[in-house]
Amino acid sequence: MRLLRLRVNGDVVPVAAPSHWTLLEVLRYRLGLTGSKQGCDKGDCGACTVLLDKKPVLSCLTLAALAEGHEVTTIEGLTPAHLRAGGRGADPIQDAFDRCGALQCGFCQPGMMLSARALLAKNPRPTRPEIQAALAGNLCRCTGYTQILEAVELAVAESGGAAVQPADGRRGARGAS
Amino acid sequence: MLRAPKFELATPTSLGEAIALLAEAGPSGMVIAGGTDLMPNLKHELFTPSLVVSLARIPELHGIRRATDGSLVIGAMSSLESIAENALVREQAPALAQAASLIAGPQLRSMGTLGGNVLLDTRCQWYNQTYFWREALGFCLKKDGSKYHVVEGGAKCVAAASNDSAPALMTLDAELGFESAAGRRSVRIEEFWLADGIFNKRHAQGEILVELTIPKTPAGHRGAYGKLRERGSIDFPLLGVAARLDVDDQGTVSRADLVVTALAARPHRVTKAGELLVGTRPGDPQGELAAEFRARLAELARLAHKQCHPLENIPGDAAWRKAMVPVYVRRTFEAAARRAGPVHHL
Ligand SMILES: Cc1cc2nc3c(=O)[nH]c(=O)nc-3n(C[C@H](O)[C@H](O)[C@H](O)COP(=O)(O)OP(=O)(O)OC[C@H]3O[C@@H](n4cnc5c(N)ncnc54)[C@H](O)[C@@H]3O)c2cc1C
Ligand code: SF4
Ligand code: FES
Ligand code: FES
Repeated sequence: MRLLRLRVNGDVVPVAAPSHWTLLEVLRYRLGLTGSKQGCDKGDCGACTVLLDKKPVLSCLTLAALAEGHEVTTIEGLTPAHLRAGGRGADPIQDAFDRCGALQCGFCQPGMMLSARALLAKNPRPTRPEIQAALAGNLCRCTGYTQILEAVELAVAESGGAAVQPADGRRGARGAS
Repeated sequence: MLRAPKFELATPTSLGEAIALLAEAGPSGMVIAGGTDLMPNLKHELFTPSLVVSLARIPELHGIRRATDGSLVIGAMSSLESIAENALVREQAPALAQAASLIAGPQLRSMGTLGGNVLLDTRCQWYNQTYFWREALGFCLKKDGSKYHVVEGGAKCVAAASNDSAPALMTLDAELGFESAAGRRSVRIEEFWLADGIFNKRHAQGEILVELTIPKTPAGHRGAYGKLRERGSIDFPLLGVAARLDVDDQGTVSRADLVVTALAARPHRVTKAGELLVGTRPGDPQGELAAEFRARLAELARLAHKQCHPLENIPGDAAWRKAMVPVYVRRTFEAAARRAGPVHHL
């Protein structure tokens, strides 16, 4: 057992966990942050993606103790960070995924949104192929890729100030699933 | 849920400390770099170390620099992402930068290191499985058993070398610099491999890969990497092809090299590449490539096809992988001649 001091979503959290536990296990089973999903648990699917110092990593392959000294961002931290930065409503990527209906079962969404968040932090105006490349490590078992790409494009367009309609008017679908 | 078996973790902050920890632990100690190969293997109970030593906090292992003699020195802990993006690597060692850019997906490239890639365990569809799965088949020679599932009645493990950087580094004459309690050692990557799927490298217990040195490439150096895989993301190579063409200032090839991988336990050099391509003139990189160059290349592709014998060791139909050998050899050399690449089907 080790006592870890992790920085998760802006807070310093002391947490005790065995050395062989992954960051995903600590997030889910010690801190109750179940937004990061345990899919394949061996690097194939991207459902466990979190940001480590703004870069997307797989928390199922990251030992929790090796996350010490880094800033961990999970899906639970996106909107609070957006609000702290003076924004309103949900994080624009989460908002765009919602309005584009970019989910079916929703299992891949946290990872997708964090990969997209990391992309926009590095490249605020990505092209469609750049978005596809950035999301290549996130599998959607429901294969809802088209709306996912549209959602990232919507977030990009709106961050540039343009008010765009998602393809075939899904904008009005908010909350009406 | 797939959980790693129990182990203790050490996070030394100097190379000396890491070497001492590994020397003390002996065979029960293992190194973790990015963990992207080791963690799945631990979860599959392919290894059960009692101590895992992380190299993440050792400054000597990080960084990419040009040495005074012009060679490129790459710290073993450099991430695959940094190899793919680094301007020095892209200029002096384009095949390596391209190979790194096609490894796994973005998350794994930011976690995985070049050192870990060189030292990747061989892969086989009967081996990279959970303990439960392997046990149901009575295990196999590489781990826990004595059966051969790939070659019936075979005598040798044929798990495949699957690290994309290896063939590229071979065309670049890379040297691997190790350090251990026994001191420093440097080995040409050419001489590093063994044709044994159980353990395909001359890498002793307790040796830490510190850095890779790539001798200066000439001004006319061109290189490319081609990779066959089922999906355009994440997948390991079903075939990897590294091509090198050094073109002198008259436009004539002065050196050519071809190394293929993911077919057998070690990467394979097609030695005739030099004989066939040296002395030819590829022609205008922007326009049509010269007819003689294309004819020699077609001959090389046929030869490579004859020499490569993929087995049913990794996913992907072996006959398809074999049929793709000449296609990828040709396309990868064409990309090198055009200063383009990487080559992949998606
Ligand atoms: C879904 C998935 C897809 C992948 N796709 C590819 C692919 O397409 N191509 C590919 O080549 N790889 C692929 N990989 C494997 C892996 O991500 C990369 O090979 C990566 O470069 C491994 O580096 P690492 O730092 O994570 O190694 P680790 O897992 O940390 O280490 C690998 C091995 O090397 C040893 N080691 C590492 N560094 C050192 C050192 N400096 N000194 C001594 N020993 C050391 C470790 O003890 C271990 O045995 C994939 C992995 C996954 C999970
Ligand atoms: S080639 Fe045979 S012995 Fe080697 S890992 Fe595969 S099944 Fe096991
Ligand atoms: S749960 Fe981590 S990649 Fe699938
Ligand atoms: S919405 Fe179900 S996995 Fe993507």
